[in-house]
Amino acid sequence: MAKDVIDALLARFPRIVTDAYQGPGGDDVVFVRKDQIVEVCRFLKDDPRMGFNMAPYITAVDYLGQEPRFEVVYNLYATALNHRVRLRVKVPEEDAVLASVTGLWRGADWFERYCYDMYGLRFTGHPDLRRLFMYDEFVGHPLRKDYPLRGRQPLIPEREMPEAFRGPGPAGRD
Amino acid sequence: MASELDSLPVIATRKDEAVGALQQMVSKGLGWARKYSLFQYPFVTACCAMEYMTVGASRYDLDRFGAALPRFSPRQADLLMVTGTVNIRQAPILRRVWESIAEPKWVVAFGVCASTGGFYDNYATLQGIDRVIPVDVYIPGCPPRPEQVLDGIILLQAKIQGQHHRLIERTALPIAGREPYER
Repeated sequence: MAKDVIDALLARFPRIVTDAYQGPGGDDVVFVRKDQIVEVCRFLKDDPRMGFNMAPYITAVDYLGQEPRFEVVYNLYATALNHRVRLRVKVPEEDAVLASVTGLWRGADWFERYCYDMYGLRFTGHPDLRRLFMYDEFVGHPLRKDYPLRGRQPLIPEREMPEAFRGPGPAGRD
Repeated sequence: MASELDSLPVIATRKDEAVGALQQMVSKGLGWARKYSLFQYPFVTACCAMEYMTVGASRYDLDRFGAALPRFSPRQADLLMVTGTVNIRQAPILRRVWESIAEPKWVVAFGVCASTGGFYDNYATLQGIDRVIPVDVYIPGCPPRPEQVLDGIILLQAKIQGQHHRLIERTALPIAGREPYER
């Protein structure tokens, strides 16, 4: 079933939807160009053969050292037709702005806030783009690979403690 | 800087001795009463809560130690049970809850996350609640077995019994917002 979705996407959006492959676990994955993501999503949602009425998970990945650096991953699900598709959107660091899909799925609201909070990606058209988990005083975006692993930013003064040695952290992140 | 006062013997009159003995008796009695009526405020933030429920339930039964009734207002509690991971965003809340509890008060760090941050050695987690509030008893474990919790409560009771209690506290109480370790 999802094979039809991929075929329809490739036929409808040539050169926008590319590089379809089947990921581990049998999920169908395609790469989508950043500036067309809302059009692709609207087609997936509104077309009766697609019927993707739910975005169960939208997240981001930081491929530090690669170009383009970020990637936003949209996992979509059609509850009536029971098929899934995953859209991968490459986002360069210097232009980390995407169009929001909250107009299509209300549930994308907090996922986009999460991507903004943790990775610093901005979504134009989002109704309320604030941090989701971290506090407003927090500087930086903690899930970026170049954020220090133990970069704690206390809100109230803390008592000085000798730092317990817990073994080395990941290379270059301490 | 030694003054001549240091070399003078301490003079204790019989009245002082008598008052001291009475105060000690009162302190012992108050300690006995307080250690068996611990009203806890459960600051429950994570999975240690399941173990906390087990300790309260019939098999292990915290009521045997007089610590059965959780109070969900810090004004009515005197034992702050910090049960679970406290992250940096919650630290001011924890501090405020601790300041809201009336004296005398004690704090138990329940589980390794509350004690040291546990394996959450990352950007978000407070590395032990003793960085923001003073702690009386640390209970290790991830989560601790109920026996460990009972042992911790018994340790706390021994500590309370050994502390000095007064009927009327005349010393200055700690001021909210000030460093807690100055008291």
